[in-house]
Amino acid sequence: MSLDDLYREVILDHYSHPRNRGVVDPADVMREGANPLCGDEIRVSLRVRDGIVEDVRFEGKGCSISQASTSMMTELVKGKRVEEVGGLIAAFKAMMHGEPPGDDLGDLEALQGVRKFPVRVKCATLGWVTLEGALDELADTRGPARGT
Amino acid sequence: MGFPATIREDFPILRVRVNGKPLVYLDSANTSQKPRQVIEALVRYYEEYNANIHRGVYSIAERATAEYEAARAKAARFVGAHDAAEIVFTRNITEALNLIAHSWGRRHVGPGDEILTTEMEHHSNLVPWQLLAQERGARLRHIPFDDRGCLILDDLERLITDRTKIVALVHVSNAFGTVNPVAEIARAAHAVGAVVVVDGAQSTPHRPVDVRALGVDFFGFTGHKMLAPMGIGGLWARRALLEEMDPFLGGGEMISDVWLDRATWNEVPWKFEAGTQNVGDAIALGAAIEYLERLGMDAVAAHEREITAYALGRLGEVPGLHLMGPGVDERGGVVSFWMDGIHPHDVAQVLDTDGVCVRAGHHCTKPLHRKLGIGASVRASFYVYTIKEEIDVLARSLLRTRELFSVAR
Repeated sequence: MSLDDLYREVILDHYSHPRNRGVVDPADVMREGANPLCGDEIRVSLRVRDGIVEDVRFEGKGCSISQASTSMMTELVKGKRVEEVGGLIAAFKAMMHGEPPGDDLGDLEALQGVRKFPVRVKCATLGWVTLEGALDELADTRGPARGT
Repeated sequence: MGFPATIREDFPILRVRVNGKPLVYLDSANTSQKPRQVIEALVRYYEEYNANIHRGVYSIAERATAEYEAARAKAARFVGAHDAAEIVFTRNITEALNLIAHSWGRRHVGPGDEILTTEMEHHSNLVPWQLLAQERGARLRHIPFDDRGCLILDDLERLITDRTKIVALVHVSNAFGTVNPVAEIARAAHAVGAVVVVDGAQSTPHRPVDVRALGVDFFGFTGHKMLAPMGIGGLWARRALLEEMDPFLGGGEMISDVWLDRATWNEVPWKFEAGTQNVGDAIALGAAIEYLERLGMDAVAAHEREITAYALGRLGEVPGLHLMGPGVDERGGVVSFWMDGIHPHDVAQVLDTDGVCVRAGHHCTKPLHRKLGIGASVRASFYVYTIKEEIDVLARSLLRTRELFSVAR
């Protein structure tokens, strides 16, 4: 097991310079996620207009893997349609469970190395699971069909 | 003084290599490694006299019963109890604390009563009291700690009131390493008639323990942190308390007689040992205690003090590293810390590639970490087999971690 597989440069870059940190204001939904194992906490907020993720931000404390993964996630999903984001979440989770990464995940393929460190997989998926919960919450209040 | 390096030959796992490097096991506060004498005692039980206890009339069952009860007597002697019947075997301290909350707490704690713990408790010494307080309408209070990680006792008289029924605290903190003044707090608690419950997870393995001298009422210990297998621990309690307490779990072996609609209880301690017990691991715990007694607990404490002092010095030299907890005089063999700009998980991950095992996280003390404003920390902890060369490996590996993450700062 090599550390280079885990701490790829793009990961360390997002860890030291996280993108889209903060809180969306006004936000349609804000969701908290936690990894009870390590105490990491994350908050993801977003605004959806006409079925498109207009803005998404995150805050909270976490390790390089959770912070970098969430940072890259916000870059990837901003401006995409909600249904498309659902597909990306599924694709990312599949990659973390051993599927080859699709091209649509972009830089996030760098997180493949985390698979060799099973205990860290939860760190990598924390932001994604939180985003998924936020979108579900939004669908519950607005109704999935309307997508507004 | 330190132990001769030959002590390490007793621990087969220390020959293992991890990621091509010698294993540097610095997580003994989490669970200790096991000497071959303990492993052999376990194997001997299963290979030579595996049988259930307290019921067979045949020879191997009698031997198993005798060895199991001998282990109880060893545990009693080890914590300074006069009476082996004051030792109840449990799976671990969590079970011991839940037993107290259930069997003593439910009978004696009522609405408006108070349970006092501290801000540095392990979750196992918080949650059972939370459950009890919720059920009985009691109030939880907490002794705070200062920025050195020591309990603030200035307000103890205000915190211990005539409503206080239970004072529950950790003997040696698993996060700070702080050795708490248990005897002093016990005196204050007894002055108002409260019982004193002590979590001895991090003290019993590492220093002489004398429950009588501490002047407490309940004292929990766990085997796997003191060279024994996981799944065996114990509760010491004053006999009079055990006698009047209600049972914990109902079932076989804890009864004196049973009718279809009622039962009477066995004598202590068996009243609290329902169902088939963890016989093999209890016997192995007895072997662990004998091993520690041969070393001498004063010598164990002296060895750890030397290693801890050395570790505090070496880690203090690492730039950007923040040590938690008090100086070596008030500390057990635990050194927790955090590093600027590097999450504890990442620290532990890099250390692992050098074969170094440390704990990263909140160490089951979330309220403590929340108060410090950090989500997690790194903890290195030591035992009889720890040598200074391993601390050197740790220090070098931490410097490498800093280098690797230099781009991230």
